[in-house]
Amino acid sequence: MRYWSLIFALAAVFSVGAFAYAPFSADWWLPNPAGEPYHSVSTFGREIDALFLIILVLTGAVFIGTQAALVWAQFRYADRIGEDGLPVRPAQYFHGSQRLEVIWTVIPAGILVFLALYQMDTWAKIKFRSASPRTPVLAEVTGRQFQWAMKYPGPDGRLGTPDDLFTVNDLHLVKDQTALIHLKSADVIHSFFLPQMRIKQDAVPGMAIPVWFDCDRAGRFELACAELCGWGHYKMRGDVVVHETEAEFQAWQAAKLAEQGRSQIAGADEPEGDDR
Amino acid sequence: MSAGPNATEPNPHDHIPAAASNFLTRYVFSTDHKVIGVQFLFSSLFFFAVGGLMAMVIRWQLAWPWKPVPILSQWLWSSPGLGGQMPPEFYNKLFTMHATIMIFFVIIPLLTGAFGNFLIPLMIGARDMAFPKLNMFSYWIMWPGFVLITLSFFVEGGAAEAGWTSYPPLATAARSTPGSLNGQTYWLLALLCAGISSLTGSINYITTIVMLRSPGMKMFRMPMTVWALFITALLQAFALPVLTSALLMQTLDRLAGTNFFTPVGGAVANAPAAVGGGAPLLWQHLFWFYSHPAVYIMILPGMGIASDVISTFSRKPLFGYKPMVIAMGAIAGLGFIVWGHHMFQSGMNPALGATFMLSTMMIALPSAIKVFNWIGTMWGGRIQYTSAMLNAMAFVSMFIIGGLSGIFMAATPVDIHIHDTYFIVGHIHYVLFGGSTFAVFAGIYYWFPKLFGRMMSERLGLIHFFLTFLFFNGTFFFMHIVGWHGHMRRIADPTVYEFLRTPGVVGMNQFMTICAFGLGASQLIFAWNFFYSLVAGPVAGPNPWKANSLEWATASPPPYYNFETLPRVYHPPYEFSVPGGEDDFLPQTTPLPDNITLDPVMA
Ligand SMILES: [Cu+2]
Ligand SMILES: [Cu+2]
Repeated sequence: MRYWSLIFALAAVFSVGAFAYAPFSADWWLPNPAGEPYHSVSTFGREIDALFLIILVLTGAVFIGTQAALVWAQFRYADRIGEDGLPVRPAQYFHGSQRLEVIWTVIPAGILVFLALYQMDTWAKIKFRSASPRTPVLAEVTGRQFQWAMKYPGPDGRLGTPDDLFTVNDLHLVKDQTALIHLKSADVIHSFFLPQMRIKQDAVPGMAIPVWFDCDRAGRFELACAELCGWGHYKMRGDVVVHETEAEFQAWQAAKLAEQGRSQIAGADEPEGDDR
Repeated sequence: MSAGPNATEPNPHDHIPAAASNFLTRYVFSTDHKVIGVQFLFSSLFFFAVGGLMAMVIRWQLAWPWKPVPILSQWLWSSPGLGGQMPPEFYNKLFTMHATIMIFFVIIPLLTGAFGNFLIPLMIGARDMAFPKLNMFSYWIMWPGFVLITLSFFVEGGAAEAGWTSYPPLATAARSTPGSLNGQTYWLLALLCAGISSLTGSINYITTIVMLRSPGMKMFRMPMTVWALFITALLQAFALPVLTSALLMQTLDRLAGTNFFTPVGGAVANAPAAVGGGAPLLWQHLFWFYSHPAVYIMILPGMGIASDVISTFSRKPLFGYKPMVIAMGAIAGLGFIVWGHHMFQSGMNPALGATFMLSTMMIALPSAIKVFNWIGTMWGGRIQYTSAMLNAMAFVSMFIIGGLSGIFMAATPVDIHIHDTYFIVGHIHYVLFGGSTFAVFAGIYYWFPKLFGRMMSERLGLIHFFLTFLFFNGTFFFMHIVGWHGHMRRIADPTVYEFLRTPGVVGMNQFMTICAFGLGASQLIFAWNFFYSLVAGPVAGPNPWKANSLEWATASPPPYYNFETLPRVYHPPYEFSVPGGEDDFLPQTTPLPDNITLDPVMA
């Protein structure tokens, strides 16, 4: 009978083991660039990861403690029937302990309040509009079934002018520069998700939401849609390209603009189409 | 409380009502709370199988995207031209309907409909519910819901596919996705029926518990299951009107051209722009104002069941009965001010998000208190490893995981990364399967003898538990890991993304799927045990588990009038192993020995 406690112990060991192994495998750990599985590429990512680790350690400790107590109680206090068919040991008769109730109310309450307050600063830095950077906007990103339409201000740095650059599913930014985007939706709700940069923000029709982030590694990353937006939701994927230097970004933009100019040669001064 | 000789004197206002006269009024359109409870039990278990099968197909697609599902693909969805591949919109229908069915047609009706109906009058010593006809209505109003949700698969465009959360404009714009053409309307109406059922049920439960307790059954002598169902009913009564209005508003948006949830000039899939003027986020506020409490509606009764089962099979008084009740009350109260934690990344004012984070962190506290009390109950007991007890202990063990993983999402910055990933899917399944479903199993194993007068097979019960527990963890645990790796929920094909087609992630997805099949197959043992015992199980006496609460004081199954004379109650139902007693249990109808006084704060 008492060996039933082992299956609970097994589940706990399995859980702890899986979590303990996770950091040692790039596929199991937080999404980071290949070759650098422990390097979170964005400033916010590093802060979020640190908070994540604190919670992981705290909850892990509570988990191990409670599961150990549970398994121990299951093992130690299993009923045993003696030769005479009677229980070997009677159950203790008590209804609780006021002191214990106070202890296990006050201590977790303190930890939880600490945890909540400890998050506030990072949260405010990432999301509060008052914290948004005073830099020119990198692009206006509009979610649309099932693509990410990007509008860059172009060389003049202003959106809504004829030199705007349009791309689809292709977000470019510069290493170590805070990228500020305006997030919109043209139809249903989407969610702008950069797993490697730990950024997520829903794109809501009728709203323009500022989102900012940076990246300290040049290279290619992925943009995902994280909010169900229809039958093609699963494939609403975009590329994120982080350029080593501003010059490289400008070169890319110039090349793209030239391409766009060639294809739109006739309609260069047409009024803006979509600017709800 | 004096227990004079006149305590057993019959109440002059109490009389045994006449029996239902024919088959139809006795077993079909019955007003007997026990029959209604059994009706809820059977229809929910049926839908449990349906929803479970959907989950199997979902898992198949995630492990082997676009590979034809054996047998099913030929006749369920695919045109031969697609070679048996599941269309992505069908995948979206599957997870939408899996969640909808499991939440609104399985867990809530099982816990409140089946257990609530069957147990409340028996456990408080009443002859029936306060409003038996309303009770009958609360079951039969489910049927239009059953019909509509089933029918929705066969209308043009097929069943709803906007997720169980049905966020507009995806859910309201008819052209946004095939399921929003017609299926969504059926979904809304079906939920409306389920909501009315819950609402009428909750009114009944509240009234019954307040008005019809038998002599001596003070509120603080009620079993935890009744307390849990009482608090759940209060949650439902206050939260459901909001969901009902939201459902009606979305129905009007879809059918009558209103714009509650459509922004100015909103247009989807090149449809003409709407006048708009509404707000998509309004729906989320209204929906979660109900659906967060709904999470507690789905877990509180499980907590009650686990408390009763654990105390009975530890042969020991519940540790901290009154703190446990207060903790449940705190969960219910706080449950109304945390809904915004579903909307941290929604575009809601982030300052509001910070407030919701604090309240959400605090709601973890009463849950933690309850866990400690359950372990305290087992501590020093004589634990009997019955199927019911094992499932109740699994409830505690798995609820710890589900509770702790919630903290990650309550922390707003961490939630930025894990929101809408498999982390939340893992979390909710540890709460709703690891928590609620194990509690349902515990409840069925525990009360089956009372429900049907026969015992279930313990041997099969233990095998079923063993397999379910292992496969459950195999199915859901890795969801946390793929989730923090960034695996989005509700995507038909993760391999579209580079970071999700790595061998580690694909391997975990396949492992989870194989375990899910094992989990599904294990339920066949339960089904066999259930139906076989129903007809051929050994006859159970009135009190096979030697438990204290009132339902064990009457025959199994109880007569339609429940009790010959209304029982008199002397103490809470957790007086096990009272020193000096001959038996290790003391029914609520037997006074405490003179030398025992109960701790007024704890018991
Ligand atoms: Cu999407
Ligand atoms: Cu919630």
